[in-house]
Amino acid sequence: MPAVRGDGMRGLAVFISDIRNCKSKEAEIKRINKELANIRSKFKGDKTLDGYQKKKYVCKLLFIFLLGHDIDFGHMEAVNLLSSNKYSEKQIGYLFISVLVNTNSELIKLIIQSIKNDLASRNPIHVNLALQCIANIGSREMAEAFGNDIPKLLVSGDTMDVVKQSAALCLLRLFRTSQEIIPGGEWTSRIIHLLNDQHMGVVTAATSLIDALVKKNPEEYKGCVSLAVSRLSRIVTASYTDLQDYTYYFVPAPWLSVKLLRLLQNYTPPAEDPGVRGRLNECLETILNKAQEPPKSKKVQHSNAKNAVLFEAISLIIHNDSEANLLVRACNQLGQFLSNRETNLRYLALESMCHLATSEFSHEAVKKHQEVVILSMKMEKDVSVRQRAVDLLYAMCDKSNAEEIVQEMLNYLETADYSIREEMVLKVAILAEKYATDYTWYVDVILNLIRIAGDYVSEEVWYRVIQIVINRDEVQGYAAKTVFEALQAPACHENMVKVGGYILGEFGNLIAGDQRSSPTVQFQLLHSKYHLCSPMTRALLLSTYVKFINLFPEIRTQVQEVFKQHSNLRSADAELQQRASEYLQLSIIASSDVLATVLEEMPAFPERESSILAVLKKKKPGRLPENEIKETKSPVVTNNHTNNEPQTISSTSSADLLGLSTPTQPSSSSNTGGGLLDVLGDVYGHKPSAPLTSTIQPNTSNFKKFVCKNNGVLFENDLIQIGVKSEFRQNLGRLGLFYGNKTNVPLQSFVPNLLWSEEQSSKLIIQMKPVEPVLEAGAQRQQTINAECIDDYTDTPSIGLSFLYNNMPQKITFKLPLTLNKFFEPTDMNAESFFARWKNLGSTNQQRSQKIFKASGAMDLQAAKPKIIGFGMQLLEDIDPNPDNFVCAGIIHMRSQQVGCLLRLEPNKTAQMYRLTVRSSKESVSVEICNLLADQF
Amino acid sequence: MMQFMLLFSRQGKLRLQKWYVAHPDKLKKKITRELITTILVRKPKMCSFLEWRDLKIVYKRYASLYFCCAIEQDDNELLTLEIVHRYVELLDKYFGSVCELDIIFNFEKAYFILDELLLGGEIQETSKKIVLKAIAAQDLLQEEETPQGFFDDHGLG
Repeated sequence: MPAVRGDGMRGLAVFISDIRNCKSKEAEIKRINKELANIRSKFKGDKTLDGYQKKKYVCKLLFIFLLGHDIDFGHMEAVNLLSSNKYSEKQIGYLFISVLVNTNSELIKLIIQSIKNDLASRNPIHVNLALQCIANIGSREMAEAFGNDIPKLLVSGDTMDVVKQSAALCLLRLFRTSQEIIPGGEWTSRIIHLLNDQHMGVVTAATSLIDALVKKNPEEYKGCVSLAVSRLSRIVTASYTDLQDYTYYFVPAPWLSVKLLRLLQNYTPPAEDPGVRGRLNECLETILNKAQEPPKSKKVQHSNAKNAVLFEAISLIIHNDSEANLLVRACNQLGQFLSNRETNLRYLALESMCHLATSEFSHEAVKKHQEVVILSMKMEKDVSVRQRAVDLLYAMCDKSNAEEIVQEMLNYLETADYSIREEMVLKVAILAEKYATDYTWYVDVILNLIRIAGDYVSEEVWYRVIQIVINRDEVQGYAAKTVFEALQAPACHENMVKVGGYILGEFGNLIAGDQRSSPTVQFQLLHSKYHLCSPMTRALLLSTYVKFINLFPEIRTQVQEVFKQHSNLRSADAELQQRASEYLQLSIIASSDVLATVLEEMPAFPERESSILAVLKKKKPGRLPENEIKETKSPVVTNNHTNNEPQTISSTSSADLLGLSTPTQPSSSSNTGGGLLDVLGDVYGHKPSAPLTSTIQPNTSNFKKFVCKNNGVLFENDLIQIGVKSEFRQNLGRLGLFYGNKTNVPLQSFVPNLLWSEEQSSKLIIQMKPVEPVLEAGAQRQQTINAECIDDYTDTPSIGLSFLYNNMPQKITFKLPLTLNKFFEPTDMNAESFFARWKNLGSTNQQRSQKIFKASGAMDLQAAKPKIIGFGMQLLEDIDPNPDNFVCAGIIHMRSQQVGCLLRLEPNKTAQMYRLTVRSSKESVSVEICNLLADQF
Repeated sequence: MMQFMLLFSRQGKLRLQKWYVAHPDKLKKKITRELITTILVRKPKMCSFLEWRDLKIVYKRYASLYFCCAIEQDDNELLTLEIVHRYVELLDKYFGSVCELDIIFNFEKAYFILDELLLGGEIQETSKKIVLKAIAAQDLLQEEETPQGFFDDHGLG
């Protein structure tokens, strides 16, 4: 047993030895259970335990917990230890609590009381213990309890340095739990000035705190920039002897340097003060210069610390993206690292270069290293490094090197690790599409992808190649020829069969002139794969066959034979059976004209951002793939947090919102005869993507009036105006949204997303035509939305619109005027039939809904009339004996049914109240209609 | 900020865990298991950094012990390696060429030292001298409080 330090607890050491001597897991559990029983009895026992014993048992429990066993008692004893006047007992109490107590424990109140006492202690060691505990647990209750005291400790002149350090980090932890605890006003400047503190430890801790505060409120903490630059400047120019113990393996204060460089990445380059900017550039240059100096030590610690600072400096240079000279120097430096002996450095250099590739200043400089990067992708022993090389190749790819890079990636894919194949496939597919000047090349690349890594080619990738082929006449013949050749391979991947089936079905006629690919040959070739494929592919092939009947009438009987074979029990799959019989009948009954119309070539797909890109973005939410060269940030004063934090949405949901989600089971539309034919059309967008985050504020106020009107401006701010025109017929509606860019720069990454839950979508089906991702300056663009009401629903769908304005992410959410009342058809009737129905419908409670409410404004009955008419029901005049009352009738059209609806609105001028009654044959309809209209008055 | 630090042996036994974010115990166990298996299969010359979920994992092996830290996207990998190294130096200084057994038998001390170095997932004090001084001050306090239980306790616990 090794020596035990301090006032070692012998009993604990013996217990640990026992556990270590256990020969088996069972023996260990037995020993632990024995110990637990012993401790339990001691805690329950009549004899009061002294502090030492309590401490020892609590420590044993802690050890047992750390071995991976659950501990469900002892918490109270640990809390008792907190109030011990012996430091060692207190310390163990705190340790137990920080390891084992959850933030929501009932004991938290007791703990907070003990912490209060210790915070007030005159002994800084006790104060620190309390602060450490807060920093470890950091619950909301603690934020409330200590929100006042800790800032005081932090800035007070008579607080000792060690306590200040802990207080800074403790405050940081509490700030992360509840952001409101940081006092503003004069505190701001006092906190910022901690950057000038004499004690390096205090500055280091304070910088972490300030970094977090700046992220929340960059404007308020702007003063920290010049202080941080000065501090940094003093460090980088210091010799390693100057900073004594804060020099780490000959590197002056690496932790503080990195923190300061990180802090500065919250701002754009300080333009308003050229002096500060100049000093910062000097610092960055000095750091780059030092990288070229011979190392002061051979130890890896020296190199790590030095390079940690260097990489952080390069991050800042990339972030500022304004000094071409620094960017190119950074790139050269990283280039050297690409062939460094240390794997870690190569990894980081590849990663950092990825960012450099997106700057227009250094993009070309990065491209110079292409060969080395390709070698890294092929030769690195560690897959995570190879992955980085792939990322970098992707980032540095542009028109000039696309063919080469794509080819290299394809070559590598043959032997690539399984773990990175899928992502590589996506990347290759994106690059090939993006930089294709010749679409035959694109088709070749994708077919190669399927050949080499068919299993990793996701639906999106093969959907996309089909979309592109369909949209581009010039490549269709080539595509048909190429898939035909690819299908000759004895074993070809199912994805190849899918693409081949689809393309030959559409464009097989373009190669049918050649005897080697005559209709019969094409058909037989495809059908030879049929039995090896999954039902989904078979379904697709059946559709291809019926298209063949249209394209090549001469093989009709041959195809019909196949349909006959599969239209009966031989096809176990109902979908296949149904398709086969329906296609068979279609080919028998329909005239060739009808057939030609039904099986006409697919219309072009709307041009849109590649769905594959969205998939890639989704795969890596933390690390967005980049293959975009950013526009230079001109060094203007921006009071803004830079591009890394979207204001209203969390970054993960933004990745989702960008995504055009694909239904996971495309064949679910199998109840319609078209089945797979629809799949490609349906790939996008009718599933709402991400859940609404609470921070998104639907613009309800303006929306209200759209319940009663169909056209107008839905949303407007300084950047954008969104107008709407809509028309409804029966249960169908069509909306035109007009997006107008009010600025003089293009709005990038312009993506409207439907926010409408899946459940709701089954009641109101929404289809949105996609829009171009860029909205040019001053331009207006229309987007059409089709709606079909299936069943009654509540609320109305919203659009979450995201775009980049000057690289600043923007997010707007607005509701669509698609409330249930839009599907009203007004119905005229006389007083007699109105009251007869009214009475009829009122017989059960379920059918009516009533609201009595105070008028929200003046009761202007003249103004109420157009609202009611706009609401969509027929206003029946002279029916109600009271001329002030409004009665209306209408039918709501839904696919499933029609619901007749009657309404009576009774204003009471003296009481300034309304009574609104809605009666219909369906309770949920009555309620929703009542809610919608009541909101208007 | 660092989200957690794990110390485990070559046999995959967890020796120390420090969590700077609150997770339910079940999740902690799952994460621990996952990372231990991931890291133990990696070969010596491989990169010390890993992408894992949306975090970066930085690990290094010292003799029979692996030190593994999870940091956020913004954090600096190389310097995290040096945090680990500084911690090892502190343990070494305190225990006098530290070995795995020291950490097993004095796990509470290992925690106390870590708390002086890192707080709430951020570096608190990088000076070796200052940290050792703080720990020495703690020990001194302990010794002053006469270990009254020392004699009563002979492993009967």
